[in-house]
Amino acid sequence: MVMFFASCSKQGKHTKHEDAGANTNINKLKSISTDVKMAYIPGGEYKPFYGTDTSLVTVAPYLIDERAVTNQEFLEFLKENPQWRKSQVKRIYADTSYLGKWPSDLELPANALPDAPICQVSWFAAKAYAQSVGKRLPSLDEWEFVAMADEVSPNARKKPQYSATIISLYMEKERQYKAVMKSKPNYWGIYNLFDLIWEWTDDFNSILTTSDSRNSQYEDKNLFCAAGATSSTDVLNYAAYMRFALRTTLKANYTIANLGFRCAKDTTISKAN
Amino acid sequence: MKFLSLLLAVVLFTTSCQESKKQPTETIPSNSIFNLTTQWHNQNGDSLHLNDLQGKTLVVVMIYTSCKTACPILVAKMKTIESKISRKEIDDVSLVLVSIDPEVDTPPHLKEFAKTNNMDARQWTFLTSTEAATQEFANVLAMKYKKISPIDFSHSNIISVFSPNGQLVSQEEGDIDIDKVVATVHETVKKNR
Repeated sequence: MVMFFASCSKQGKHTKHEDAGANTNINKLKSISTDVKMAYIPGGEYKPFYGTDTSLVTVAPYLIDERAVTNQEFLEFLKENPQWRKSQVKRIYADTSYLGKWPSDLELPANALPDAPICQVSWFAAKAYAQSVGKRLPSLDEWEFVAMADEVSPNARKKPQYSATIISLYMEKERQYKAVMKSKPNYWGIYNLFDLIWEWTDDFNSILTTSDSRNSQYEDKNLFCAAGATSSTDVLNYAAYMRFALRTTLKANYTIANLGFRCAKDTTISKAN
Repeated sequence: MKFLSLLLAVVLFTTSCQESKKQPTETIPSNSIFNLTTQWHNQNGDSLHLNDLQGKTLVVVMIYTSCKTACPILVAKMKTIESKISRKEIDDVSLVLVSIDPEVDTPPHLKEFAKTNNMDARQWTFLTSTEAATQEFANVLAMKYKKISPIDFSHSNIISVFSPNGQLVSQEEGDIDIDKVVATVHETVKKNR
């Protein structure tokens, strides 16, 4: 009896520090399988659009999905993980427009292609999905690293048509309803980085600008501690600017009609074969 | 007899555990931070979940203790806020400082920081966890942060007030208006008494 009481009053107390936070909100996830191919990216140094303006950022080798997560795949995830269905998701994890066009919990919108990218999901939901397939969201640097490529070269940023081509893709309306992998892959074999949707990154919240970028107050000292350490380094890359402008306006429970995601994964391979 | 006393023990055990919870879990609103299930440690090394903070009005800020620029100002603002809360209401308030630097800010480190800064009274809680849990919490607060070197972070300056059931009441960002925070705390405490 004494032991019972002791175990109760000590519940959750004095556990080892190493255990801290080993569980996250999404620890009760059921795994699902996916057959999406991942591209190996050797990584390397790159100059972020935003970041410490003097130094290059080193990106470690990683794997990234060749395409975005689809409607069908997200539906499979919801079948196994009811806590992420639209009727059950906690507001703190997803705003009221989460899966807004879905007529019910396990029903794709009418006319939605099963292999079109899933959209209108929050960062929390995207992260949970990634965990359920044994992956994670790509970091902002990982995403932008592969986004430097065009069809023939790993870094096309200096080509005059590079940004213009992406901008014209961004301008197309209703593009998020198209199926994945119908356009050409880039240098790394990765599809649809620009032509269908915007994509969540794991650390989208690491861009320290005010959300209203038009006033060019990138360094509002009152809003940010050490804000002077970040600034724009690639002002000519207007396409990248648009992505960063979007990311700065996002909150993790926001859901947007053309914002989806793809997954990434660590790799132990350090050299491309 | 032995069986009976064991049964009694189990019943007592169960009730005592239920009583230790301030509110049953099902009353937590969908938008409450108490839905987060991440595990944290306070400055005393106790392991806890966010819903252990349930029942008090919360004033929350994210900082890291080795910060030399804006964080000392944020910490000073938290202390001013604390000093302006009526002593009649202070028992209904928790002032929570959440570390964004779990590597450096271990519980003993936080304990020392609390002592040096005279923030070791009951109403002060310092929390630290893993990077993943910290990132999740920062995202719930819509706080932006980035590690810019092994010892420095850029981050937005936000002080948030939460109701005793974990719902966000208000956030002050940037040039924080202390009196506004104090007034919000007062109203929140009054409303939930």
